[in-house]
Amino acid sequence: MPDLLQSEVLPETSDNVLDIRDLSINYGTPRGELQALRHVSMSIGKKKIVGIVGESGCGKSTLISAIIRLMASNATVQSGEILFKDQDLLGLKEKQMRALRGIDISMVFQDPMQTHNPVLTIGRQMVDIQYRDKLSKANKKKRAAGMLALVGIPDPEARLNQYPYEFSGGMRQRIAIAMALMAKPDLLIADEPTTALDATLEVQIIKRLEELQDEIGCSILFISHHLGVIAELCDEVVVMYAGEVIEQGSVRDVFHNPAHPYTAALLKCDPGHIKEKTRNLPTIPGEVPDLVDLPSGCIYQQRCTKGFARCQSERPAFRQINGSHGVACHLTETDLSKETSQQNEEGITS
Amino acid sequence: MNALLEIEDVFVSFGVRGKGLTGKRGSIDAVSGVSLNIEQGKTYGIVGESGSGKTTLAQAVTGLHHASEGSIRYRGQELRDLPEAKFRPLRSEIVMMFQDPIGSLSPRLTIRSLITEPFRIQGMKDRDLDAEASRLLKMVGLPQEFANRYPYQISGGQARRVGVARALALEPKLLIADEPTAGLDVSVQGEMLNLLARLQDELGLAIMIITHNLNVVRHITDTVGIMYLGKLVEEGPTEEVFANPQHPYTLALLAANPEPDPDAKLMRIELKGEPPSILQRPSGCEFHNRCPFVQANCHQDVPQWSNSELGGAHRCHYPQIWKNNQVV
Repeated sequence: MPDLLQSEVLPETSDNVLDIRDLSINYGTPRGELQALRHVSMSIGKKKIVGIVGESGCGKSTLISAIIRLMASNATVQSGEILFKDQDLLGLKEKQMRALRGIDISMVFQDPMQTHNPVLTIGRQMVDIQYRDKLSKANKKKRAAGMLALVGIPDPEARLNQYPYEFSGGMRQRIAIAMALMAKPDLLIADEPTTALDATLEVQIIKRLEELQDEIGCSILFISHHLGVIAELCDEVVVMYAGEVIEQGSVRDVFHNPAHPYTAALLKCDPGHIKEKTRNLPTIPGEVPDLVDLPSGCIYQQRCTKGFARCQSERPAFRQINGSHGVACHLTETDLSKETSQQNEEGITS
Repeated sequence: MNALLEIEDVFVSFGVRGKGLTGKRGSIDAVSGVSLNIEQGKTYGIVGESGSGKTTLAQAVTGLHHASEGSIRYRGQELRDLPEAKFRPLRSEIVMMFQDPIGSLSPRLTIRSLITEPFRIQGMKDRDLDAEASRLLKMVGLPQEFANRYPYQISGGQARRVGVARALALEPKLLIADEPTAGLDVSVQGEMLNLLARLQDELGLAIMIITHNLNVVRHITDTVGIMYLGKLVEEGPTEEVFANPQHPYTLALLAANPEPDPDAKLMRIELKGEPPSILQRPSGCEFHNRCPFVQANCHQDVPQWSNSELGGAHRCHYPQIWKNNQVV
């Protein structure tokens, strides 16, 4: 019966694995309600890799914790829904949610050094997480070894008997990925999986993720503040600032034609972009606004170099500018009208 | 020839024990024969994977680890085997900024106490500590009211600034910064590096910066040294190393630096396998089992530290081999 009800309420089934609509989350703090996420909407298509970029404190982690429903106790959902395969995760009972975690949605955390239990062997941990399957222990072990081989750990059978401390950081992160992918989930959430690693290992992990995504056919939500990694790995990118999605689109659109001044500034700040040696790197002056006491109007206006009167009074709505590329900025409305008129003219002349 | 800091053939060893209670005792060289010079007012960058001995080297210079061999001279004075009592006054001249910004600040002290702690440790009781605190906060661009805050009340970027203020409280000559930008957002990272550059100009500091972020090294350093398994494998003027890497490991590091451009043409060199354990150092060239261009004699012959024509030096039998063979 509940299934019937849901199909009535929902519109036609989409091609997206994950659809987040108008999600707002507050944290109760002694100073008042901290509005960590405000009207966040985003989606992840089947077999797509979507990256989220943003400075620390922009709400990336809150968003992930809401998806897997592991929110802090002082968090409250103000509005919105998180549709995973057309099922609202926010309405699920804890028991139903637990059945999803690790099977349909799994996660790789930031710090590979603290992901594993230090007193159990890797093999034991990899067998334990298959507790839902009715395979024999030997078969589970075989499967674990197969996953280790898949992420490029040499000599996997012997390695199963080793403890986490006997592996290097890069290997531990690959084991974490192997464990997350063991049940062939539909969605893998990777929270800054390479920040704790060196450049050469970062490349290894990214390559491995790409290959596995190909093989298993899952979607990946990849969180990072390393713009280079996002550019290389992801199909689409979501830019967040102070709890809002301010720009979203294909990696190529966003990185080549950033429409929001914040995205443009962020890209300019990346020293990877600057080829000549300089002792004065670009920065974004100012601070992220206080999320307990939000300014009116655009969330970025205090740091924006292109702001005008309207930005202080009116919050810009998120709107598509072309195809899948969307942005929340008043500037683009005027720019857009110019551009479309230009395009029309061109269309007429050609 | 009068470098501020001269490190000559330094080894740092740690005792280890084999498996089980009766395992044999042995030792590993975390730093295995490193020589480098840092001149006044210049910045030296040390790059390498985790476990390559970067931090251990820095700690040997500050006397936090004992160097088992070699010589570490600061203004001509030998630091190795210097008793702690004699080292302490030097710590106002050679200071270290630690990796974890919040973790390195005591959670129970206010920012004021934290940044004036160096004066108390060095017995400078005559100073007006409130005035010093206010001067230091101004220097690193933090608001004055931060003096009364506790570390949990500030952000990671601000904690770094407190770290800088504390390190520079006593106007040191040499600053050792261990991963000063790890975990920071790009814009905050820029602020941090600009701050270090400005303070270097104002105070004539020499900086030894340890990082695995090549983008950082490229902008802030004059000289860069690449470490692998506790040894330098390449060293040279920063621009030269970036333009003309000699050692395959340097090339791989440079190639592994993803560009923030989805259409960037990437020259990717994936290193085979894992960094070897320093418990069992590979024979010959220690990079041979991961080197994409390995040749027959690399397995046995140890490459010597040799100078290249362009002002750098490297440890490789076949520098720039990828150019000759056009493997790339």
